[in-house]
This record gives sequence, structure tokens and C-alpha cells, in this order.
Amino acid sequence: MTDKELHVSKIENGTVIDHIDAGQGMNVLALLGIDGSGGESVSVIMNFQSGTVGSKDIVKIQNRELNQDELDVLSLVSPDVTINIILDYEVHLKHRVQRPKEVIGILTCPNRDCITNTKEPILSKFNITDEIICCEYCGTHIQDVAQHLS
Amino acid sequence: MRECLITTKGLSREEIVEVLDRASEIEMDPMAYSKSHSGKIIGLLFYEPSTRTRMSFETAIKRLGGDTVNMGTLETSSVAKGESLADTIRVVAGYVDAIVLRHPKEGAAKMASDFIDIPLINAGDGAGQHPSQTLLDLYTIRKSSGKLDGLNIGVMGDLKYGRTVHSLAHAITKFDSQLSFISPEGLRLPENVKYDLESSGSEVKEYTELKDILGTLDILYVTRIQRERFPDEDEYRKVSGQYRINKKILENAPKHLKVMHPLPRMDEISPEIDTTDHAIYIEQAHNGVVVRMALLDLMLKS
Repeated sequence: MTDKELHVSKIENGTVIDHIDAGQGMNVLALLGIDGSGGESVSVIMNFQSGTVGSKDIVKIQNRELNQDELDVLSLVSPDVTINIILDYEVHLKHRVQRPKEVIGILTCPNRDCITNTKEPILSKFNITDEIICCEYCGTHIQDVAQHLS
Repeated sequence: MRECLITTKGLSREEIVEVLDRASEIEMDPMAYSKSHSGKIIGLLFYEPSTRTRMSFETAIKRLGGDTVNMGTLETSSVAKGESLADTIRVVAGYVDAIVLRHPKEGAAKMASDFIDIPLINAGDGAGQHPSQTLLDLYTIRKSSGKLDGLNIGVMGDLKYGRTVHSLAHAITKFDSQLSFISPEGLRLPENVKYDLESSGSEVKEYTELKDILGTLDILYVTRIQRERFPDEDEYRKVSGQYRINKKILENAPKHLKVMHPLPRMDEISPEIDTTDHAIYIEQAHNGVVVRMALLDLMLKS
């Protein structure tokens, strides 16, 4: 192995999130709620030069297999990500993400007067279509998901 | 009729007409309904000031034979101790048959309805919605114009923060009438409301000058431009002055034009209009009782 050829070593078991839009790697971690406190070994490669898609980010999470609902949320910041589930250093499953119909407790409503931005015992909820991400409670639309991660 | 009335967005044309028809029946023969809800108690939870909405709901249930309880002023209730709306609403839901809620936060009524299983009516949630106001607005329009289709309706004033405007705009999309919006640039309809209107197939026509559209209107719905929305007094005076109507301005209006206002008004409608055939805003406020009687009647029976 040389530094010139390989940035981060393969993982034995876990999840590799590939084809993340360049610059969105940290937002992917934020959406997954991964901040290092869970003990996972996490690698983030930013602005990796790929022959097919140009610049991209890659996230590798050791010893954690993410479920489809968790992964579909990633489509909100990077719709073309691909997911590789790794078992014993080999790609066990490979799949894409789909835009979810709703997300709960993941985004913060940009409307400061929304009831979800108070101490009431509720989680934010956004309904999602191909065109909009809309607060279930006050109807406000989110334009830039990365700006409104909980 | 649905169990909770949170927004006009999801109301169908049939549901709206059902309420208006029931209101007409009640207006024609109020005594027939005078004991229809004897023993029923409505909880009035008003976290913001209100005169017309609170009093007309109170009158409505009493004219149906029922009664109300309320939590008094915020200062004397558990709200002052920091109790959440979620807790208050669950407690009160055990005392009453239905709840009318006004709250300063948008989405408060939606949240409250998720915590209870009795009927709830949104009586205003911040700058969000005020659906029962819209039903009385539509009742007033139908009564004065004889129809809800084929009308040109101008809505003027604070369209950004005006909850009555948002509710009315959503409801009018269920009818074949054209809405035109007249406001300062900074107080135009919120993008999400505009999106909803356009998604329902409505054309959103926006103007900054009333004179550009006045001659074509059947209804002019005026709302208050709120002083607190402006950074300084001069800016407020400059803008609000452009959206006041008086007799001279209405000389260029069609004779049949009706002027509405959800009230309270400040100085956006000159008192000299009150005695003209254009003015129907006091009658509009009066209609709040029969429309809210109809709403309560349908919701309590469902």
C-alpha cells in the first residue's frame, strides 16, 4: 500500500457511502447522527477525484450496517449516493437511495415561529415530494437541507 | 364534517358548502337549533387576544344550548408557570366536548389535535391559518354576491403575516374565482402559500397598486398592515398610507364592489365608507355567529 494509491484502507465490516456530492460528506454524517460519540471508526474522504463523476466525497463506517430508512435520508443532500454493505472486506450488498416521503426529527424548521421550535414535546416532521420539503406543522418549505440539520 | 378544523388547505368544496348551507338554515330558523347541543361544553383556549372570534364562538355554542369554559387570562393560568400546550390541551380535553384554540405559534393547532381525540378548531395559529374566519368570509361573500364562483376577489394589505389571507386563499382555490393580491413588495404572500395555490391550478396575480386592479373587482378584502412588521415608524407610515381606502378611491370601483375586512381595522378603511353600499365588514363580523354555530353543530354531531 502506498499513500499515492490509497487514501483510506478497506473496512472489514460496515458501510461505505460512495458518490456523495463533493462537499456533502460531513452533512451525510450529520444526517446519520454520527459524530464519533458512538464509537464507530469513521473515515471521510473529501473531494476525491473520480474518473467517472469528477469530484466526490466518500464515507466509510466500520462495524455499522445502516438500514434503508436511515440511508434514504441521504438523498436529501446527495441524491446519487450509492451504498455498499461490506462483510469480510467484500461488497455484500450494493444499493441506491430513494427520496423518502417524510423525515421525522432530522431537520429543523426554518420558521422560528413554528411550534416545532419550542419546548413542546414533539419532533419536527417534514413531508417530501419530488419538488418540496414541507413542514407538517406550519407549511414552511426547506430550500437548503444542509442549513437545517437538527 | 371532519373532527378537527386546522386549516382550509385540506377542506373540500363540498365540506365548505356543507357548513355554509347549515349556517343558512340556522340563520333562517335559529330556534330550531336552540337546544340542539344542550349540555355540551366548549373549552376556549386563547393564548392571544381576541374579541370577535372568542365572543362569537361563545355566543354560537350558547345559542345552540351549550356553554363554555375558558382558562382565564394567561397570567392566572398554568401557562404562567410554564406548562406546555401539549399538557394543557390533554387536561382540558378531559373537561369539555370540543376545544377552540388560538395560539401565537404556527402549527400549534395541528400539534394540539395530535394529542387529543375530541374536536378542535384552530382559531388562529400565529401567522398560519384561521379557517373559521374563512368560512364566515365565504358565507358573507355568498350572501352578498349570491355565488362563490365567477368572482374577482382582491386581497389587500399584509399578505405575508395575515393568517386570514392564507386561509381564504387556500379556500378560494376550491371555487372558480380569481384572486388578486395587492401589497407592498415586502408583505407579499409567503412562497409556500403561493406554491400551494399554483399547485392547485390557480393563477397568482400580484400587484403593488390597488388602482391597477380595482376596476375589475367584485370583492375587495382589506387587511391591516401591522406596524410591528416594520423597522421604523417612517417606513410603516410610507407603506401603510398606500393601502388605505376612502370614498375618493372607491369612485373608480364598480358600483357593486363589496369591501370586507376581518377586523380590527386601524385606519386602512376610512369610516366614511361605513355608510356606503360597499361596506359589508360589520355584517361579515356578525355572520361569525351563525357560521360558528354551523361548524360546531356539524363537528359535535360527527
